[in-house]
Amino acid sequence: MLPGQLDEAVKQLKFRDPGKARELAGALSRLTQQIGRSPVSVMHVCGSHEQAIAKFGLRSTFPRDLNVIMGPGCPVCITDTPEIDEAVVLAGQGIHVATYGDMVRVRGTVKSLGDVQAEGAKIHVVYSVVQAVELARQMTEELVFFASGFETTAVATAAVILKDPPNNFSVLSAHKYIPPVMEIVAEMPETKVEGFLAAGHAATITGWEIFEPFVERHGIPVVVAGFEPLDILSGLVKLLEVIRDGQKRVVNMFPRCVTRAGNLMAQEQLWKVFRPVGGRWRGIAHVPNGNLRLRDEWSHLDTRKRFRIDVSTLWDYAPPALVQDCICGDIMAGISSPTQCKLFGGDCVPETPVGACMVSSEGTCKIWYQYGGHPDLRGVAAC
Amino acid sequence: MRSLIQQVFAVGFSAAPIDGIGLSAMDDGAALPLGDQWLVITTDSHVVQPIFFPGGDIGRLAVAGTVNDLAMMGATEVLALTNAIIIEEGFSRADLERIQRSIQETCREAGATVVTGDTKVMGKGELDGVVLNTTGVGLTKRPVPDNGLRPGDRILVTGTMGDHGLAIMASRHRLELDGDLRSDVAPLNQLIRIALEAGGEHGVVAMKDPTRGGLASALHEMAEKSGVGIVLEELKVPTSPVVRAAGELLGIDPLHIANEGKAILGVRPDSADRVLAALREHPLGLRAEIIGSCIPDHQGSVILDTGFGKRLLSEPEGEPLPRIC
Repeated sequence: MLPGQLDEAVKQLKFRDPGKARELAGALSRLTQQIGRSPVSVMHVCGSHEQAIAKFGLRSTFPRDLNVIMGPGCPVCITDTPEIDEAVVLAGQGIHVATYGDMVRVRGTVKSLGDVQAEGAKIHVVYSVVQAVELARQMTEELVFFASGFETTAVATAAVILKDPPNNFSVLSAHKYIPPVMEIVAEMPETKVEGFLAAGHAATITGWEIFEPFVERHGIPVVVAGFEPLDILSGLVKLLEVIRDGQKRVVNMFPRCVTRAGNLMAQEQLWKVFRPVGGRWRGIAHVPNGNLRLRDEWSHLDTRKRFRIDVSTLWDYAPPALVQDCICGDIMAGISSPTQCKLFGGDCVPETPVGACMVSSEGTCKIWYQYGGHPDLRGVAAC
Repeated sequence: MRSLIQQVFAVGFSAAPIDGIGLSAMDDGAALPLGDQWLVITTDSHVVQPIFFPGGDIGRLAVAGTVNDLAMMGATEVLALTNAIIIEEGFSRADLERIQRSIQETCREAGATVVTGDTKVMGKGELDGVVLNTTGVGLTKRPVPDNGLRPGDRILVTGTMGDHGLAIMASRHRLELDGDLRSDVAPLNQLIRIALEAGGEHGVVAMKDPTRGGLASALHEMAEKSGVGIVLEELKVPTSPVVRAAGELLGIDPLHIANEGKAILGVRPDSADRVLAALREHPLGLRAEIIGSCIPDHQGSVILDTGFGKRLLSEPEGEPLPRIC
């Protein structure tokens, strides 16, 4: 652990003032009443926001008429089946595959990386792309980094690609880009989202101005918020104020990290390496410009250019019966909640997940399961 | 672990042959009637890695663990301990002597003595260093089970949570944490005696030590067995700043981390303040707190009031750290 990290962690605890949290929760109730619709639906698009909401029990303080939906904010969950299949096929051919922990357990058409690992494939769990490059340097065989995550993680992958990685290293990109999917959700008639809470870490990179064209097109306000309980509550309060006043605008409630323009150097590196292409997000839809792929000048580092990957070898199998009942897609689109799934907590639990939402620590189902589902605890009082 | 014990080892003993607390109760130990008293008996094996850690070692852990299990049943006077040791061939003699000294010192603190033992040696590579097994026996007039809670009862802890597990983790993974991260391993029988006396005849009604799985596991077990819900006030749970910050950085909840020198007491509401004051008089209870209470609804659940809102407290899934005690 680096010196100073602990001090920083202690400092961050100041954003945990329960007295201020109660005031903000009171404001949420007043604002929901003032808006006067039932329910008022807002959406966040970030697994880390859902984590914090669940961990601190914030849902029990939300007014009943405020519906805070978790949108498609879990990168592992929205990685599409054919993308997993590509990694599974490569690993099955004996190629070293390095990836983030949660990706190992998500099933593709028939198998997960964990399944092929049990059959002898060489899978390496890494905490960062830098670690994957170090692994590649220590071996002579090919190593594929199966890269998942939104623009926040894609920036790290880009930085490594620009630093001349070893010849045996390549990237199988399943990186996704959040802004386009907000357009999709905004256009879904079922969701009725009146405002978005945008993720502070992604906006640190992209800047908050990136949401301005979106707000203009759809007339739905966006508030950028951080991840401490007071950040989330004050973000929601601001969002409800803006909805009440009928304003269509972007508000930055995470100014200690996010600027209008964002991190220009990171953006430059991101777009130097990646280009946005259309592609499917698991359970959501085809998202125009939602996938990040390597630009042509990086072909030599692009796994898809370097290897012939034939995923059709996996297609002869019928999907397992339980998968048919999985409603991950509706959950990620904010149309259903985990408790409406008949598999949740029974056939589908973190040890034996059926859908991707139960695998990832940022998946709605896993979070709800871990923090005791979503019981109504508003009335519970200690003696 | 609990379900493994229930499914494999408690099978066949479910019809308790004795009129007392047996294996099927899955308590900290057994209590058998003996004249007008109860004989309490408990046994523990110890496999901690590393063997020596900040704040203690396997010897101190063995004695304190067994003494505490007796105390959690209400037997604060230790009649006798046994100590069996299995040593890997080639294990350092100096380390063995160091462990033995630690056993003696901890026994002195607890007012206990080892009356019999056993020593075996296994081949190199057949076990990792050294394994200890200790059995303890004690007497009590009133055994205190872990299922005696009813609505209205208060939940007390005798001090800060998470110290042992995080100290072991830090020393095992060589995390360079600033601040003093030390195991809390200590025999609690004197402290518990004071609490029981302060509570009087019917004050302290349930006890458990939050070892493996931490406060979360222990409270779930108590809530489930007693048929009550427990509301836990997170901001009242004592934790040291270094444990809180390290837990935050590593993504580990101090409520899920093992302790080896702390107890949870379920106390009737009218005795709670008295028991708390008595605990705080003792050096091992300086940071004791009332951290929650029992409610009639949500039976078997632990509801965590985070200060920001409420949620159900989960039991730890699997073990974040193998071989910690």
